[in-house]
Amino acid sequence: MTGITPEIQLPEEKSKARSPFQDSLRTFRKSKVAVVGTIIVAFFILLAIFGPWIAPQGINEQNLKLRLLPPSSAHWFGTDVFGRDIFSRVILGARLSLLVGFASVALSIIIGSILGILAGYYGKWVDTIISRFFDILLAFPSILLAIAIVTALGPSLFNALLAIAIVNVPNFGRLIRSKVLSIKEEEFITAARAVGMRDTRILWGHVLPNSMTPIIVQGTLAIATAIIEAAALGFLGLGAQAPQPEWGKMLADARIYLINAPWTMIFPGLAIMLTVLGFNLMGDGLRDAFDPKMKN
Amino acid sequence: MNNEPNELLRVHNLETTFFTDDGAVPAVDGISFTLREREILGIVGESGSGKSVTSLSIMGLIPSPPGKITNGEIQFGGRDLTKLKEKEMRKIRGNDIAMIFQEPMTSLNPLFTIGKQLNEAILLHNKGWSKKQATARAIEMMKLVGLPRAEQLIKEYPHQLSGGMRQRVMIAMALVCDPQILIADEPTTALDVTIQAQILALMRDLNERLNTAVMLITHDLGVVAETCERVIVMYGGQIVEEGPVKEIFESPQHPYTKGLIQSVPDMRYKKERLYSIPGNVPKPGSIKKGCRFAARCEYAFERCLNENPQIYHTNDHHISRCFLAEEKEVALND
Repeated sequence: MTGITPEIQLPEEKSKARSPFQDSLRTFRKSKVAVVGTIIVAFFILLAIFGPWIAPQGINEQNLKLRLLPPSSAHWFGTDVFGRDIFSRVILGARLSLLVGFASVALSIIIGSILGILAGYYGKWVDTIISRFFDILLAFPSILLAIAIVTALGPSLFNALLAIAIVNVPNFGRLIRSKVLSIKEEEFITAARAVGMRDTRILWGHVLPNSMTPIIVQGTLAIATAIIEAAALGFLGLGAQAPQPEWGKMLADARIYLINAPWTMIFPGLAIMLTVLGFNLMGDGLRDAFDPKMKN
Repeated sequence: MNNEPNELLRVHNLETTFFTDDGAVPAVDGISFTLREREILGIVGESGSGKSVTSLSIMGLIPSPPGKITNGEIQFGGRDLTKLKEKEMRKIRGNDIAMIFQEPMTSLNPLFTIGKQLNEAILLHNKGWSKKQATARAIEMMKLVGLPRAEQLIKEYPHQLSGGMRQRVMIAMALVCDPQILIADEPTTALDVTIQAQILALMRDLNERLNTAVMLITHDLGVVAETCERVIVMYGGQIVEEGPVKEIFESPQHPYTKGLIQSVPDMRYKKERLYSIPGNVPKPGSIKKGCRFAARCEYAFERCLNENPQIYHTNDHHISRCFLAEEKEVALND
């Protein structure tokens, strides 16, 4: 000790400004389950985009000489009753299922958010009307309501998408509403009002972004449900129509060959299961990442 | 009287009532006071005495329902704020009257950077400014409130700042539009003592430099003694005493004020136990007859239980709502 205290050099703290959102993404990446889910989802998204280039055959290339062939090196997943390559159809079906999943959930989120925010922020009679509307929708079993809507609109993939979107609106609406109810009591909302901000600006600029995390989580999980519902409607003949290679529809068509040619059923079924599993795992990971109570 | 600074804000007979399931609750019950230019006015009282409701009433931010201003007026700039439309009130908020809050941890939006939030407040009242101008103003204000490395801070998120820094950001945000009045609702309660002293010093300093009148709401008499010139003591939704800080501390007229002063720990004497006023603040609206403080007052006599005392002037700038002050009352020639 020389008596001269060396000037302490504090390491210049490289304060990387990270938003709470970025923080959550870091947590997300650390979770193995979430990463596996994301990889599965990404795999199917790539299939959906590049399907036509990957698939060896088109959706409806029939060859009656090659009916109900078991899986082989020529037809990896075998062939169906019209001699179509199931491998190709499963790949090309990814686009339909994901489209229904994403589009219907996006639609439910948009409608649900608008209604939920209005109900939560303005309260009073606005809340009463919107909440009762949600209650009415929720009073029906969701698949039954979807069947009713498709029956009314006519069976097609687009109408199935619409029906699934409508059925899911109250879930998102109620979620957003409850979140808004708690956010609007936060002091920073009062502070924003004290600065002189108008209601609409507070609503879309401050309340909505703070209500987003549960929506992202619920949305991911809802995509999984929507894909199952689309498959169910397809299975019942109310969704995709032949020759669209929709997985649920393929299951329905394969039903009678279950004993003789199980591969016609196994592979579309596997595809549904895997996508749903992927979205569910991803949703769970997101929930853990965004839930402040799970941090550390 | 002429050399006294001008009145900036005059609250007259303000009554703010909350309509709850248990009936109408008058949280603020007929209070009158004035805020003069450039002064720091303290408002003290226990929880539930109506201090915060008073400030929210002035800002027009009473949550409605269940709250409502049921009587009285708030004169500011020749207008009665209680009669203004929401749109006109919005122009006053932030621009003429700004407010800072108790919890600096929660009064900033966690999702946006400090810079973005300051910019938003600046652009709100300066239509036509460019983003660059707003950022320059934000940095200027942050330096004014003593925030170091402002250029980096504007890129950071609220959770990266300490409580004291956040409160400084809140003060900067409140002052971006040069308001005439700054209402500070317990601005130091959530901070630790050293930071508290810094924030109070900053507010005094800004009050002098920017000539902003400050309404400091607190339950801490120490804060009042350090900061304010004049003080209003509230109890049960009413003003029980008002006067210059020095006078109030040296010769408090109302037993409640006396009790409050006695319950501040004094380092000079070793006492067995710290004094505390017995009992609790009554629920607003629960006392229908007599003085609201009578049940807890050690001086209470029969008259206190039957009659609500009026306001007595013990000199031309000191009032007390207590029968004991009646005999000291001076005739005021208006």
